[in-house]
Amino acid sequence: MTLATSAPSAAPATEPRPKLMTHGLEAWFGDNRVLKGVDMPIPAHRVTAIIGPSGCGKSTFIRCLNRMHEMVPGARMAGRVELDGQDVYGPDIDPVLLRRRVGMVFQKPNPFPTMSIRDNVLAGMKLSRRKLGKSEAEGVVESALRGAALWDEVKDQLKKPGMDLSGGQQQRLCIARSIAVEPDVLLMDEPCSALDPIATARIEDLLHELKARYTIAIVTHNMQQAARVSDQTAFFLSGELVELAETNTIFTSPGDRRTEDYITGKFG
Amino acid sequence: MSVGVPEIRDGASIRRRGRNLGERAFVALSLLAIAIPLLILVGLVAHTLSDALGRIDWDFIVGYPSRRASAAGILPALVGSLWLIGLTALIALPLGVGAAVWLEEYGGRSRLAGFIEVNIANLAGVPSIIYGLLGLGLFVRFLGLDRSVLAGALTLSLLVMPIVIMATREALRTVPGHLREAAAALGATRWQVIRQVVLPMSLPGILTGSILSISRAIGETAPLIVVGALTYMTFLPQDPGDPFTALPIQIYNWVSRPQEAFLVNAAAGIMVLLVTMLTLNSAAILLRNRLQRRIRR
Repeated sequence: MTLATSAPSAAPATEPRPKLMTHGLEAWFGDNRVLKGVDMPIPAHRVTAIIGPSGCGKSTFIRCLNRMHEMVPGARMAGRVELDGQDVYGPDIDPVLLRRRVGMVFQKPNPFPTMSIRDNVLAGMKLSRRKLGKSEAEGVVESALRGAALWDEVKDQLKKPGMDLSGGQQQRLCIARSIAVEPDVLLMDEPCSALDPIATARIEDLLHELKARYTIAIVTHNMQQAARVSDQTAFFLSGELVELAETNTIFTSPGDRRTEDYITGKFG
Repeated sequence: MSVGVPEIRDGASIRRRGRNLGERAFVALSLLAIAIPLLILVGLVAHTLSDALGRIDWDFIVGYPSRRASAAGILPALVGSLWLIGLTALIALPLGVGAAVWLEEYGGRSRLAGFIEVNIANLAGVPSIIYGLLGLGLFVRFLGLDRSVLAGALTLSLLVMPIVIMATREALRTVPGHLREAAAALGATRWQVIRQVVLPMSLPGILTGSILSISRAIGETAPLIVVGALTYMTFLPQDPGDPFTALPIQIYNWVSRPQEAFLVNAAAGIMVLLVTMLTLNSAAILLRNRLQRRIRR
């Protein structure tokens, strides 16, 4: 593996155990091997950006972390993924419960079309657990929408369909929906690629606030975005982790020639 | 690279050309294709209606059959039909939707699912009288339900289930995969994804299938004759075990009488059947449209 160049400058000895850790993670779609053994820590309460050209396996990588990858017909994986040291592919692990701790925000905003703004936020709660009291539910709705910086825009129209919001608002609604179930980790798969620059800026601001409470991994093919929002950056190429380092380091003095070529726009 | 000065074309290149005869002919053909069956239908209904108008009154609707055409009424048949439709909907819709959900969401590409699928497709093509024979053998004789409303409804349920199943599967398939993923990523089990996201979104489509199947069931005559619907009933069915008659049976009975007056009765019966069906369908369509408006795409 090529991690040698990059042993995260924050040495593992002094750092607490990472929130998520992968060991030799491999993934296939049918016969197509899209991840070729990735060892990568994702430390708690930091934003980890994952960059790389299309088809490098970055989306597949984060989809392995909450076991969404296996839902695709013909998809397989091998290796280990640990959440707080626990193997999430272990025989005693319920992927449904795992996903309540490792939430995900998708590329395209996808509020549930049959539900109001309020019901969208509560969807995860309703899906999973006990009945919420009315006042408790209102509390969850408000704090999740505040957490996603959407509350002030929608507080007077919680009964309106979620699909009536603008694209950027819909994506923040999806973030609110994810954080309403109080996960430990938020995985984001190019969450801004369908949004305009203003909506993108709002979500990027939001990420800085969210990392105090959650561990965040964000896939992006926008390098400026990675530089703006993340604390550490991973560069993927052809299913391999080429380099993982502090974001400053990656963008100022990358350790690997291929990282440098990608960042300076020589390919990709 | 040499870039030539773009030549200035004359206005002819964007001027209307010809009269587009092909398209016009196609539109005319399409209109004709709608107009012909529509005219035939309107003619039939108008003809029946003109026969029926003098006959339909309150006494006809709340009256019992009689040997005198002028005294005969249709109440037992109307009530019997409503019983049949209600029971058929109760039996066929949950079973059909359940079967479709299993086939589409759980069965996947398993052999069993494939086998069931082929069978359902075949069932949809079986003539309805065969269902009547099956109903007679299975429900009336083997299960000992006798010639009851329940036996009739079970037979009709078999008949319409393929329609319900196929319409429901189509509806389930229209729910985009990214919404299923979104629900799964929130920590929903498979059933929760189906219950909270997939079914609400496909409900309008499922209702369309239900409307079609109920319309089919309300007009069926042949299987009910085989199952043993009565043709002369002087009482109303009180529970699912009672014998019954139905509107199409009563109409069929009147049509086959030689006296002119009974033919008029049949026309009046047909109007009652049509109005019943249209009422039920309109209710279902209104419900569907309300649900559809709730879903933003």
